[in-house]
Amino acid sequence: MKGNEAIAHAAIRCGCDGYFGYPITPQSEVLETLAALKPWETTGMVVVQAESEVASINMLYGGGGTGKRVMTSSSSPGVALMQEGIAYMAGAEVPGLIVNVQRGGPGLGTIQPSQSDYNQATRGGGNGDYNVIVLAPNSVQEMADFVDLGFELAFKYRTPAMILSDGVIGQMMERVVLPPQKPRRTDEEILKECPWASNGMGLKQRGSHCITSLELDPAIMEQRNLHLQKKYAEIKQKEVRYETSFMDDAEYAIVAFGSASRIATKAVEMLREKGERVGLFRPITLWPFPEKEIEELATRVKGLLVVEINAGQMVYDVRLAAKGKAIVNHFGRLGGIVPDPDEIVDALMKVKSEAEKA
Amino acid sequence: MKHEIIISGFGGQGVLSMGKILAYAGLMEGKEVTWMPAYGPEQRGGTANVTVIVSDKPISSPILSSYDTAIVLNQPSLEKFQGKVKPGGDIIFDSFGIAEQPTRSDINTWCINAMETAAELKLMKCFNMFVLGGLLKLHPIVTIENVMKALRKSLPERHWDLLPMNEQAILKGMEIIKKV
Repeated sequence: MKGNEAIAHAAIRCGCDGYFGYPITPQSEVLETLAALKPWETTGMVVVQAESEVASINMLYGGGGTGKRVMTSSSSPGVALMQEGIAYMAGAEVPGLIVNVQRGGPGLGTIQPSQSDYNQATRGGGNGDYNVIVLAPNSVQEMADFVDLGFELAFKYRTPAMILSDGVIGQMMERVVLPPQKPRRTDEEILKECPWASNGMGLKQRGSHCITSLELDPAIMEQRNLHLQKKYAEIKQKEVRYETSFMDDAEYAIVAFGSASRIATKAVEMLREKGERVGLFRPITLWPFPEKEIEELATRVKGLLVVEINAGQMVYDVRLAAKGKAIVNHFGRLGGIVPDPDEIVDALMKVKSEAEKA
Repeated sequence: MKHEIIISGFGGQGVLSMGKILAYAGLMEGKEVTWMPAYGPEQRGGTANVTVIVSDKPISSPILSSYDTAIVLNQPSLEKFQGKVKPGGDIIFDSFGIAEQPTRSDINTWCINAMETAAELKLMKCFNMFVLGGLLKLHPIVTIENVMKALRKSLPERHWDLLPMNEQAILKGMEIIKKV
């Protein structure tokens, strides 16, 4: 099935309580599949086609505030519209899952695949000092697997989580094993997992809860920010995920995430056939970013090539992490054009010739 | 075994669904498959293409620079993909949509008069299955039995009465493909 369809199936199966979304290419199959599967008749999951992306994200804020597992999905221009709501959720510590099946920008851009929302996703995207947890699937299988993982992390840390995918992974079909059906949590379970939630449960014992990102006293607001920063530091320490391949004897490495990592793997296979010792490093969490691992990698190889379907965004994180210990070049295509493996092979050979000159 | 295929033509010719049925049939055989459409705003009459990979091993990239087989169902597709067939590979075209035939001598060129035959047999709806039959004659990547299973999976049950004519089209396609 398609990556977008896998997201919808996985949402139902992981016990999601509600989906709010507005159609946009290339992710419309998420809402279409949910509408076809009618989970409100089986698990009781609510599916709403909202009037806009702004409405969707605020429904997510409301649903998450009650401790429910709620999600939305969109593509780049739609996710841009959601940024205010995501910042509110981060500020008010409301968990929720946002799926971005990216397309080319800026603005309305194109409908073809892109990874040009990397900066927006990994820097928070809205106003204020915050981050969201960003997972980057590179297969239809991971589209399915990361829905439950996204919810787990979002609730563990009371923060929004994002699946940053793109038109390649959303539209392609491949083999997928769907997770078994989990029941939706009962009210008692929600009460236990989310004692902070504002859902009218246990009102007499605990008094009322107020969920807001607003605080007019800057001294209290600073404390609240410090609390967020402490939480983010813990996430950075505990939740970094990455994958490597062909790295054992590698002299050069390609760093790529999501769909670009699939194409880069093919380039690595082609380079290996030519006798080049090239490996692949794939960040799975884009925030938290695998900084230490990239630094260690930079001490082992002569050069790194960062392949992204954008003008060069993750390359800055790689350069910061590499601390000048290896050459770090970038290769990308823009505006909805996806690089092919040949182009990546050529770009890697350029890194090699630069490293040899230096 | 790994076979990398591009199927390209006009929207409405069944390019994407032919790829899907091939991919499903691959899955039925326990193989790894990817199906990657070049999606766009195009509807009937626009251009459409899909990359299908069927392999015994996990597939790295769903997007390729070159292909084992290119199936081109109109002139722009032929021009676009002729140069991307691996040396020794195959190009399959339907003469109906083609004014200038493939020119490369280092690949095998095959012609299938699928459009004409489909019209003769009044099986226009199965046009893409004639072409798939032609491909399977050259490269038996999947069995016809599994293609039929795949058709059952992708056709809603109310259209299962169309299954025999699809099978007929596949078998006929295997007969009418000719080396140029």
